[in-house]
Amino acid sequence: MHKTTALRAAAAATAALLTATACSTQRGQDAPDTAAGGACKGQHTTGITDDTIELGGIYPLSGPASAYGTISKGVAAYFEYVNDKGGIDGRKVRFIVRDDGYQPPKAVEEARRLVEQEKVFAVFQTLGTPSTAAVWDYLDKQKVPQPFVATGASVWGTDDKHPWTIGWQPNYVAEARVYAKYLTDAKPKARVAVLYQNDDFGKDLLGGFEKAVAGSGVKVVAKESYEVTDPSVSAQMASLSRSKADVLLDVTTPKFGSQALAADARNTKWNPLHIVNNVASSAAVLKPVGFEHVQGVVSATYFKDPADPHWADDPAMKTYLKAMHEHAPDTDPANQFNAYGWAVAASLHRALDSMKCPTREGLRDAVRNLKDVKVGLLLPGVTLSTGHGDAFPIETMQLMRFKGERWQLFGKPVDTRKEFGPLTN
Amino acid sequence: MSAVTDLLQQVVEGLGSGAVYASLALALVLIHRFTGIVNFAQGELAMLSTYVAWQLVASGMPFWLALPVTLAVSFAGGMLVERIVIRPVQGAPELTVVIVTVGLFIFVNALAGLIWSFTVKDFPRQFPDGGLDLAGVRVDWSTLGILGVVAVVMGLLYLLFQHTSSGLVMRAVACNPSSARLSGIRVGRVLMLGWGLAATVGAVSGVLVAPVLFLEPNMMGGVLIYAFAAATLGGFDSPVGAVVGGLIVGVAETLTGAYVDVIGADLKVGVPLMIILAVLLVRPQGLFGRAAVVRA
Repeated sequence: MHKTTALRAAAAATAALLTATACSTQRGQDAPDTAAGGACKGQHTTGITDDTIELGGIYPLSGPASAYGTISKGVAAYFEYVNDKGGIDGRKVRFIVRDDGYQPPKAVEEARRLVEQEKVFAVFQTLGTPSTAAVWDYLDKQKVPQPFVATGASVWGTDDKHPWTIGWQPNYVAEARVYAKYLTDAKPKARVAVLYQNDDFGKDLLGGFEKAVAGSGVKVVAKESYEVTDPSVSAQMASLSRSKADVLLDVTTPKFGSQALAADARNTKWNPLHIVNNVASSAAVLKPVGFEHVQGVVSATYFKDPADPHWADDPAMKTYLKAMHEHAPDTDPANQFNAYGWAVAASLHRALDSMKCPTREGLRDAVRNLKDVKVGLLLPGVTLSTGHGDAFPIETMQLMRFKGERWQLFGKPVDTRKEFGPLTN
Repeated sequence: MSAVTDLLQQVVEGLGSGAVYASLALALVLIHRFTGIVNFAQGELAMLSTYVAWQLVASGMPFWLALPVTLAVSFAGGMLVERIVIRPVQGAPELTVVIVTVGLFIFVNALAGLIWSFTVKDFPRQFPDGGLDLAGVRVDWSTLGILGVVAVVMGLLYLLFQHTSSGLVMRAVACNPSSARLSGIRVGRVLMLGWGLAATVGAVSGVLVAPVLFLEPNMMGGVLIYAFAAATLGGFDSPVGAVVGGLIVGVAETLTGAYVDVIGADLKVGVPLMIILAVLLVRPQGLFGRAAVVRA
């Protein structure tokens, strides 16, 4: 599976290269739009005028990852809400959504169409590590901004060859650091068993965790991996239980998360503190296991859960719920993916507002120069910050514990950059 | 926990996964006995049946009523698939039919995703939580339950194959369709019956394993590989072989994953493939299978 992904990525990259060469020849005849004068002279203004901005997003609306596709509805609702209020700095946003079915080659095809036919200002967003990695070379060559990609891989921030691409959500290493900080404080002698998905995602988080606990009393005593093609993780869970670890770090995607939580609940002889990673922490994962079986499970988050009555009187949440009701009546506003879409679109709004020049270069620089930018749906204490040597907008997360029928935040937000220093390759 | 109870616990885990593989292997054996083909779509049809059961329960039907309805729908659905998808390529080389089943696999998977999405569904548990504690070894009720149901289905298939006239008829059809037709057997009907019964057995398998594996469109994809290994090991024409094969594959996979460091969990998925290869080299008919004999 992993191999096919690598192959696909390679094929996609080749396709992207070919396209790029094909385009550069076209470009000769068709002079690109550039800004007229002043400090912005010579910068690219494709897709942006005095009263419009064209943005193109590529999401898995079909296929195995289609649950994430609804993020695009949260994004679209935000832009419609903003357009009703006069747009972003007087510019109305036109948001074009394309479906890649979570397949990198299709993502490349859609990125080309968005850039060459729709002539979008920026590709906002691509979803998933494979699709994002498949298009970033192409977008880099075309000098099209690819802001706030919807994936937590740390490579978007540690890489220095793709200035046009940047992440948004806390990367997997930052998340691992939050758990490491929690354990070194609360259980300084913890013995940790790790279940992880055998791919870039699982290894990113596991590696980050091992690095973060190095030198402390917290020890990883057992590790088991699974492939996404495995029918179940029950054998891995049985192996891990032999370690008698007192903490289980569960680095899984939704279905395997459900399986691991259920296996832990069934095994009454081994009762570790179960930490489930953010990817597998949605209600859709926990509910099939039975809420009574997941009490006390710990995870981490960074934005407000629309299903949590704790935020019922929060002004940002109220605005979100009202706008979703108005602009996306068919979608469930309580679905946290919609809230994610809203929050990331609001973040882009802030970045567009702070552009020095209304150009592609302007956006590229703006997303890399964010200073403690507040966004309504992010948790209190979580802000967007980037700058020289920091290409990770969000690096703060807060722990949460499952109680009753929902997550409850606890402790203080953990700023992982402050605690552990900048993340480098 | 001592090393022995530890080993036994791993064996029990292995039997648990083995029972899952065996349940689908039974459907593979059944359709092979009837039609002589290996059906790659068997797992996906089972998954589709499980969604039917889920949908019925979700719309308010009690589980024990939804189950027989699901089995009936699966039986009819299986026959329909044979009539619409397989009949047009009947008589074509076996490879053609196998490729059609691969196409069916992809179609059914995408269809389920389209209708029910790829999020995990909450499937009702038929067996109570918890389990037995046998001298320090924990055995879940669900493991025992799955093993029990698999044993019953195996027994029924054994009776069908060995002690009924339709068992004889289907052996004739699978062995030589043209001779069977010449001796008055309505081959088309037998094939439809085979697909229908196999889909029913598959539905039992899907409903059994859904609470353990969690229902989503790719639920049976991984199971299918292990079920193939089980059926190959036990012999593609023996229900007893399918179950014994499934249990051996499950235990072998769990033990190698847990105790052989070189293999570990990373290479665990290679175990069924190694078993398939070894069986085909050493004893192609499998442990309980009958070798195909060609008249000179």
